[in-house]
Amino acid sequence: MLSLSHVHVDYDGAPAVVDVSLDLPDGSVLAVLGPSGSGKSTLLRAIAGLEPARGTISWDGRSLAGVPTHKRGFALMFQDGQLFAHLTVARNVAYPLRLRHIGRTTRAARVEELLALVGLEGYADRLPATLSGGERQRVALARALAVEPRLLLLDEPLSALDAGLRERLAGDLAAILRASGTTALMVTHDQEEAFAVADRLAVMRAGRLVQEGATAEVWGAPADPATALFLGYARVLSGDPGRLVLGTERPYALRRSALVADVDGPLRGRVVSARATPDVVRLVVDLEGVGEVDAVAGPSGAYPGPGEQVRLRVDRGRVAPVGGS
Amino acid sequence: MRRVLGLLALAALPVAVLAVFFVLPVSGMVGRGLWGDGGFAPGQVLEVLGRPRVHRVVWFTVWTSSVATAAAVALGLPAAYALHRLALPARRLVRAALMVPFVLPTVVVGVAFRELLGESGPLAGLGLDGTPWAILAGLLFFNVAVVIRTVGAAWEALDPRPAEAAAALGAGPWRVLATVTLPALRPAVVSSASVVFLFCATAFGVVLTLGGVRYASVETEIYLLTTTLYDLPAAAALSLLQLLVVTALLAVSARLRATPDATVARSVPRPTRVGARDLPAVGVTLLLLAYVAAPILTLVLGSLQTPDGWGLGNYRALGSTGEGSALLVPASTALVTSLRTAVDATWMALLLGVLVSVIVTRRSHGRAERRLRALLDGFFMLPLGVSAVTLGFGFLLTLGHLRSSPVLVPIAQALVALPLVVRTLTPVLGGIDDRQRQAAGSLGAGPLRTLLVVDLPVVWKPLLAAAGLCFAVSLGEFGATSFLARSDAPTLPVVIFRLLGEPGALNYGMALAASVVLAAATTVVMLLVERLRVPSTGAF
Repeated sequence: MLSLSHVHVDYDGAPAVVDVSLDLPDGSVLAVLGPSGSGKSTLLRAIAGLEPARGTISWDGRSLAGVPTHKRGFALMFQDGQLFAHLTVARNVAYPLRLRHIGRTTRAARVEELLALVGLEGYADRLPATLSGGERQRVALARALAVEPRLLLLDEPLSALDAGLRERLAGDLAAILRASGTTALMVTHDQEEAFAVADRLAVMRAGRLVQEGATAEVWGAPADPATALFLGYARVLSGDPGRLVLGTERPYALRRSALVADVDGPLRGRVVSARATPDVVRLVVDLEGVGEVDAVAGPSGAYPGPGEQVRLRVDRGRVAPVGGS
Repeated sequence: MRRVLGLLALAALPVAVLAVFFVLPVSGMVGRGLWGDGGFAPGQVLEVLGRPRVHRVVWFTVWTSSVATAAAVALGLPAAYALHRLALPARRLVRAALMVPFVLPTVVVGVAFRELLGESGPLAGLGLDGTPWAILAGLLFFNVAVVIRTVGAAWEALDPRPAEAAAALGAGPWRVLATVTLPALRPAVVSSASVVFLFCATAFGVVLTLGGVRYASVETEIYLLTTTLYDLPAAAALSLLQLLVVTALLAVSARLRATPDATVARSVPRPTRVGARDLPAVGVTLLLLAYVAAPILTLVLGSLQTPDGWGLGNYRALGSTGEGSALLVPASTALVTSLRTAVDATWMALLLGVLVSVIVTRRSHGRAERRLRALLDGFFMLPLGVSAVTLGFGFLLTLGHLRSSPVLVPIAQALVALPLVVRTLTPVLGGIDDRQRQAAGSLGAGPLRTLLVVDLPVVWKPLLAAAGLCFAVSLGEFGATSFLARSDAPTLPVVIFRLLGEPGALNYGMALAASVVLAAATTVVMLLVERLRVPSTGAF
């Protein structure tokens, strides 16, 4: 089990990670989510032993201070794979096996097995330069898994890929990590990637750990308004506007689809703009006493245009209490 | 077609200059070897190459160059790491200091090593004076900077993440070095090694001053055959041999100078703190520093010794023509000539160098254009390897009627410095994303405006650095100048060499003092260049 206790990292003299404590049970996949500059990559590098850190980073109760990167037994996978350009795919994957003096036949079998796991059979003799971005990431993953790492560290593993590929590979990544039973820590700024791959979430902002827990828990109860907005909620309502819409003054986060156009709805407003998407029509509505809010209208039939009056109701399943309320 | 014509128009001036002042003299030299009195006679080349002395000379050149190159790489690699990857205090100063030998006049280095290793020198006990080891020490002294520069620039720009990835996969530091870092640096290492070999094999001043007549390289043998034995066909034959070998080496090094992969985003690493395992590299760097400082210090101390004790007598004597009027003009006049020549050589080399750099870095459309550019690139690199003596001698043979013209010396020096300018500018120009120019063009900027807006802001510093490098190289140039300088208007290196050959303690003291002045001038220029922080300066 990985444990961090009061970890601080300074980067070029400025604090990049401030007082982070968290535990990662074996077999789970944690996504550290944060905007760029939040210190999440620095935290990952500190765990890998690539940045000097204060505080305690320990594995199974034993401190890793003074243990160099190559002796930690963690594998690190970079945003762009960092394959060794002068080695073929097979030799890239075999690299950590060679380091462990594993015999030729075992090695070849293991490489084949790993390439099959990431869906790249028959790519053994290709050079990295001839691969697509997604293929390169798969090779990098196979290489990282070849170590049979105690912990797999993933630094924005899918960010360099285009949207469709990212979605597909995120699913594959989750499946591969579960199939191999790997404990993993992934750093990302993309909440969808985090949801697709991880079963635990840690949210970082300005170097601090804001919230940590099971994905559903974090998603169901963001710690504060900024976290809610970062997790993809559209707005946080509290005070008078909150009472008007939700009947409570405590802060709640609303997803973009939390308000639904409904002729029988209790709320009244004027449409500011309407934009059709394949699934729904997204509205921005000026709600009396609240201000502008996001809402959706059903995909079929006529929808209200800008300037028209509209009635809205709240979909209770699409709001979440903020700050443990 | 229009693009090719534009390219040719741009190339016209450098090609013409190179044709008249390089190809013509060199081919005149080569022709001398192939055409005897009775017509085409390649046999005499073979006859010359069959002489036992020539065998000895060639073998001596090959083995000293190989050993010096190996030593330069072995010592240069750790120093490149220490000076470009570690957060050492004063590392810029140390880098500049290690770069000084490269531009130091060869004659000065020869004098300095003789002072250090000679009879009364502090290291006389080693008994190295007059041995090939002294020559090796001199060659290493000059060229280790090339390795440090070239490999250091590559190492500094090397993406640290593959190494980190390897470490995270369980590779220890040495393993990372062997399996990831060195393979990534191989082009830089091989390229610098081949250039160092080239420089060693065509070294002139060092071998001449340290080797005397006993140990001769191909280069000094050419000089000896020309100026002392008047055996022009033999000299020409050796020149021809040298030209072939050098061209082959240049072709190899051009192949190995692989263009960096610009497709991946690079993160430039911060220098790391010095750890315990970096101590060997730091140790080697300090050793090199001492190695560079020792001859120079001895030189300075020697220059302050006069027959009547310590003093500035030798420096004061620079205003005179030496003991027994050894010189035609005072050394101070020669210094002025040197400076004036260096200014001329610098602007000429810059003008040509900029044109050449622009020509070889612009993106080609189509195969014919690409071939043409590659051809021009190789053509303009030729002066790098062709020995200065061959060039100077060729000038005499073919442009003899111009001999009294004062432009000949700066032109020859500019040609010697041209490859340095090109090598400093091309990585920078080549690094500019062509889409920036396209973007400027699409926003309505004409070619000139694009040059001002896109290229100039990036290039002005390397341009200044190249100018400094040229100036320093020209100040110290000896090989070609020794042939071409008129006796009534010698440059300072020529004067130093002349003073060394004259009897008299004062003349020797003056040679030392003049060497210090020359070394100081080049050092100041190099320190200024280093301040510009252009990584490609002096790299190949």
